[in-house]
Parts: sequence; structure tokens; C-alpha cells
Amino acid sequence: MKNKKNTNSNSITKATRRWGFLFMGPVLIAFTIGFIWPFIQGIWLSMCQFRLISDAKFIGFANYVKVFQDASFRHAFWYTAMFAIVSLVIINVLAFMVAYFLTLEIKGSNLFRTVFFMPNLIGGIVLGYIWSMIFDGILGRYQTSILLESKYGFWGLIILMCWQQVGYMMIIYIAGLQNVPGDILEAARIDGATSLQTLFKVTIPNVMSSFTICIFLSLTNGFKLFDQNLALTGGQPFVIQPGGATIKTTEMLALNIYNTFYSSNTTSQGVAQAKAVIFFILVAGLGLLQLGYTRKKEVQQ
Amino acid sequence: MKKNNKFLALALGTVLSLSMLAGCGDSADTETPAADGTEAPAADENGGAESSDSDSGSGSGSGSGSVYWLNFKPESDEVLQDVAKTYTEQTGVPVKVVTAASGTYSTTLLSEMDKSAPPTLFVIGNQEGVKSWAEYALDLTGTPIANELNTDAYNLYDESGKLVSIGYCYECYGIIVNPDLIEAAGHTMDEIKDFDSLKAVAEDIHSRAGELGFDAFSSSDMDDSSSWRFTGHMANLEYYYEQEGDIWTECPATISGKYMDNFKNLYDLCINNSLTDPKELATGGHDAENEFKTGKAAFFVNGSWEYEAVKDDVPNATMIPYYCGVAGEEKAGLNCGTENCWAINCKASEEDQQATMDFMVWCVTDPDASRKLVDTFGVMPYKQAAESTNGFLAAANQYSENGCYVMNWATNFQPNVDSYRATLVSALNQYNADQSDANWETVRTAFVDGWAVEYNNVNG
Repeated sequence: MKNKKNTNSNSITKATRRWGFLFMGPVLIAFTIGFIWPFIQGIWLSMCQFRLISDAKFIGFANYVKVFQDASFRHAFWYTAMFAIVSLVIINVLAFMVAYFLTLEIKGSNLFRTVFFMPNLIGGIVLGYIWSMIFDGILGRYQTSILLESKYGFWGLIILMCWQQVGYMMIIYIAGLQNVPGDILEAARIDGATSLQTLFKVTIPNVMSSFTICIFLSLTNGFKLFDQNLALTGGQPFVIQPGGATIKTTEMLALNIYNTFYSSNTTSQGVAQAKAVIFFILVAGLGLLQLGYTRKKEVQQ
Repeated sequence: MKKNNKFLALALGTVLSLSMLAGCGDSADTETPAADGTEAPAADENGGAESSDSDSGSGSGSGSGSVYWLNFKPESDEVLQDVAKTYTEQTGVPVKVVTAASGTYSTTLLSEMDKSAPPTLFVIGNQEGVKSWAEYALDLTGTPIANELNTDAYNLYDESGKLVSIGYCYECYGIIVNPDLIEAAGHTMDEIKDFDSLKAVAEDIHSRAGELGFDAFSSSDMDDSSSWRFTGHMANLEYYYEQEGDIWTECPATISGKYMDNFKNLYDLCINNSLTDPKELATGGHDAENEFKTGKAAFFVNGSWEYEAVKDDVPNATMIPYYCGVAGEEKAGLNCGTENCWAINCKASEEDQQATMDFMVWCVTDPDASRKLVDTFGVMPYKQAAESTNGFLAAANQYSENGCYVMNWATNFQPNVDSYRATLVSALNQYNADQSDANWETVRTAFVDGWAVEYNNVNG
């Protein structure tokens, strides 16, 4: 009996080895066209001056020098970092809380899950415009607007992102929570652990893998945020310094790259491309660091 | 553990597929009204780049060349598709018209030009466009289409004197007025002949708005769909007068802001005598066109392209100049100019260039085609084109006949235009919320110093 099963699975493995490429092929091709090739081209373009991609002129690292001299990019970086950290903490705390309560046997918890998840199905641009009206409906009563104070812009974006992302992370946490083995929980109860102790000493260590994913997602989402930023404030308010130079106080990295790319300066496309490469290294590096760190905290059963 | 992984894989799978779905949704959304509208009259709805390829198999019939027109005016899309179809039926030459969504023309052009079949006919509308695209444009000097023009006032040349693009229509802007409402308020149109008289009428209407049932100015929203009426168009009065008769031929590195107070005069009048509290303008959401059409407001800052939209509801609508308190402004006319200039892609094949040229000539000489085009564009400055029926352009001509000066579109020189205007919008938002002198100084900084900064950004 045991033997038979083994040979069976062996032949499957063999067939998989032989024919696997057929099934991998389309994905590999799509991945090359959609990711690998543009990625290589992007790195190449970051060292070029170009208006159209088809006639780019190689200029070395001059674009990168310009990026590091660009004050708006530095401002956007710090603003984005702050936003990413704050949104990461709030989103995950809220998402875990919601997931925790919805896995307790509450009446209608399926309905709640659906409702919490729904905001995710709306596109970022739409959300941005809708929320800008909501915020201004409220702030209008106090004779102000989300476009007038950068702190409103910051917290507005946090609220928007929480509203959109909490439901999403919640689903992942629920999947994790439902997977905590009942016998461990029972053992903890028999040993007399309080519910708080159970939560922190048993449940949370067992859903660490969900935390890894959720923190990774919310961190990279925070850094990559674009649509919502564009639609909600578009970088406003600007601080207009004497002399006319401006700082777009709520402009995040992705929007900064976009604005650079579409400025009328004939050299700015290359600079924007260089910014995009730096941006990629940054997000990828941070993501990997965080993955490595939280992985260590996961428990294996 | 094993079970755990299965769940995790499931969750991840859901996440992946959902994020792909979300991705699709997003990209579709970004098509809807985005970014600053340099020229964004009403019809946003038919924006989203849409094409109808009348006959994609090239070389049917005549066997030579095809036309690909990247259109700049979303509101004209329907008519252009129709005209293109007629041309293909008559000659067999395929004509494809693609319309860039409102406010996204330059980004659309940038990506379309990179494709293997780039537009053969596109728009270079201002000096900035000339700078970016001149090397892709055919020199139109002495070509059949240039010979059809009845004025060279709207042509654009590059530094070497190459005729880069030629106007296919022109427009005018100013303050649209509903004369019936002015009379209902006990005034006459003849009363309004300079800033003081305009101010007297507007303030009188505003003070009696409750009793009259309508207000002076429609809302001057500062969102992307509306702010260009002020940061682009009304700002022109400052640039125009600053030229002091010495018309700019290229973008000046700095401007002095000598007539900022006049800009402030008219701007203040607009926001403080309107249906909407200036503090509520930042995010917009008021439909100024509708306010004017439904008789809720007597004045509406906009341009000749609005004529089609308002003529049914306000048949007597007319347009008056930007009166702003400059000496001698009784002789002011409307702001006339264009950003609609055809250029032929010189990197397209010879046959395509020839086909495009033939199509352009047909557009301005064929009676039916030019009739349709003139009705959507307002007017076409060509010898054999149909007569204009646009009431606002008629008003512009009337002013010229009365010996008034035309205010040229100096605003077309705004450097790094999207960024310059966005900065100005931010400053005006602060000012609208609190009309203090300090906040006006910020507006002045954005307006005057911002010009120099953006000039350096582009040319430095």
C-alpha cells in the first residue's frame, strides 16, 4: 500500500519535471515582458537623457547626482517614511483587533468581514476624490480645507489608507487566527492562562507568519502609495518660499517621481528614472530587511 | 504546520489575485479626469482615449499612406470621428482619430510618439511644445495647407524659423455674461465699459442676490477642472499688460508683476460677489457652467468653446473683456489666441505625411467637413472654410471692428505650466480662505518669483 503510493507520486514528479516548462512558459514569457525587460530597460534609462524611450542618449551617472541635489526628493522621502511607519502601525493594530473580534463567535461576523473588506474593491483615485469631499465637508464647517494644512493632509491620508487596508489585512489575520491549533489553546486554558496571556503568549506567536505578510504589505504599500496621494491632496498645500521656490508638503515619493517625469524640462525624464531606480532599491531593501526580521519571530509547530 | 501552510497559501493567493484586480481597477480609474486641465471645457465624459480605426488594413484602394490624428480637444471627439469616417468612405484612406483625455494631452503624446505607429498629425500648441517637439515636426512653410490659411497670426515657429505648426482654430476668452439677468437687475450692458462700472453692477447684484434670485459671478472653484480659468486665463491680463505693447516672442526669464494689483481687482470681484463663499472653493464641486446656464449667476469666467454648451439656455449670452482697472481699458477686447495648432510628424513615412497633408487640406476646403469642424471648433482661419456661428467669437470680432485692442495669449508662455499653475492654486487657496495682505504676498511670490523659478527649472 505504502509502496504503491510512492511510485505513484514518483511518476507524477517525473511527469512534472518533463512537462513543467510547458506550464511555466506562458508565465515566464509574461514575466519577462512585463517585468524583467522593463526593469532592465529602466535601469539603463536612468543613465540616459531622453524624451522618447526610443532615442535615449547615454550620459552616465549625471541623473543620480541631480537626484541627490534635489531638495523636493529628500522632503518626499522623509514624508513618505513617516507616513509608512505610522500607517503600518495603525493599520496592523486595527486589522488584528478586528480579526480577533471577528473570530470570536459573534453573531453576523461573516457580514462584518464582508463589510470591512469592501473598501478594498474601490480604486485609489476614486477613494481619494470621495474622501477629499468627505474631509472638506467636515473641515468646511471650520472654515478650512484639507488642502490648506499639511497635517490635515497627512492624517487624512492615514485615515483613508486605514479605511482601505484594514479589511484586507484583516482577512489575512483571520486566516492565521483560525489556524491556531485548538489543542494548544485548550492546554493554555487548562493551565489557567488568562485570556490576555493566551492572546500574547499563545495566539500571537502562532500567527506570526500572518504578521510577516501584513507588515510587509503595509510597509511597501505605504512607500509605494500614489493614487490616493494624487487624488486626495496632490501635494498641496505648497510652502512658497521667498524667491518663489516651493515645497509640496504632502507629496510622497511616487508622486514626486511622477511630477518630475512629466515636468517640461527636457532632461527631467532621466532624473525621474534615476529616482525610480533609487525608489525601487529602497522599497525592496526595506521589505527584505523587515521580512528577515519578522521571520525570525515565527514559531514552527 | 502543513495545514497552516495551506491556509497561508490560500490567503496569499487571494491577496495576489485581489491585488491584480485592484491593479486593473486603478489603471482604469486614472483615465478619468486627471491632472490639470490646460484646456478643459465641459465634456470630460468622452475623454478616455478612445479610437475608431475606420479601416485598419492599410492601403485599401488608393494604396498609399494613412492618417493618425492625436486629438487635443475631448469635446470635439465625436465630430472628428465622424469626419474621419466620411473621409475614409470618400477616398479609401484610413484615418484614425484618438482623443487624449482632458488634461492628459502631453502625457498621451509622449507615450503615443514612442509607438511603432505614432501619430502623423498632432498638436503643438505653444512655445513649450515647440521646444519639446520641434524636431518631430515637418516644416510647413509653403505647403498646400499653409497656403490655405487666411492669417498667420496663429502659427508657431521655432528658433531657426521653421514653421512648426499652424493654427486650425482659434478661441477667445473673457467674462461670459447673461444680458437678460443684467437687465432684470435694472442695469444695461452698455453701462459696463470698464472695471469700475463692472464692479458697480456686480456688487449691486450680489448685494440684492436674495431678492433677485440670482447672483453676480458663478463659482470660481480651485480644483483641477476649473482652476485653469484663473491661473491660466485670467492671469493672462497681467502678462498681457506687462508686455506694454511689446509682444513676447519667447518665454521671458522673469516677469515684473507690475499689473498684479489689476489681477487682484478682478479676482477679488469674482470670488467675493459670487454664489459660493470663497472659503469653500478649494476642493470645488460647484458646477459653474450649470450655475450660469440655469440663470443662477449673471457672469461666468470662461471662453468661446462654452458657446455650444450655453447657447440653448442663454441665447443672448455674450462675452466682455477682463476689465481690471488699467487706464484706457474701455478700448480692451477679448483674449484671442489658440493652443490648437496642427503639426505633421516628420518621422512618419513619406506616404503617411502626404496622406496627412491631403486630409488636412480636405478638412479646411470641403464644405461639409469644414461646416462640421467649424461648428465644433468655433472658427477655422482658412480661406475656404465655413463661416463661424459662434456668438462669442462674433463678439470678439465686434470688439476688433470697434477699434478695441485684442489681448494676445501671453499666458501660453507660462514656464513648466502644470507645476507653475499648481503652485499658484495652492497660494490662491490660502488667500481664498483668508484674504489678508500676507496671503496675497504669497500669491504674488508664486505668480512672479514662481515664474523665474520654473523658467530655471526648465531651462537651467
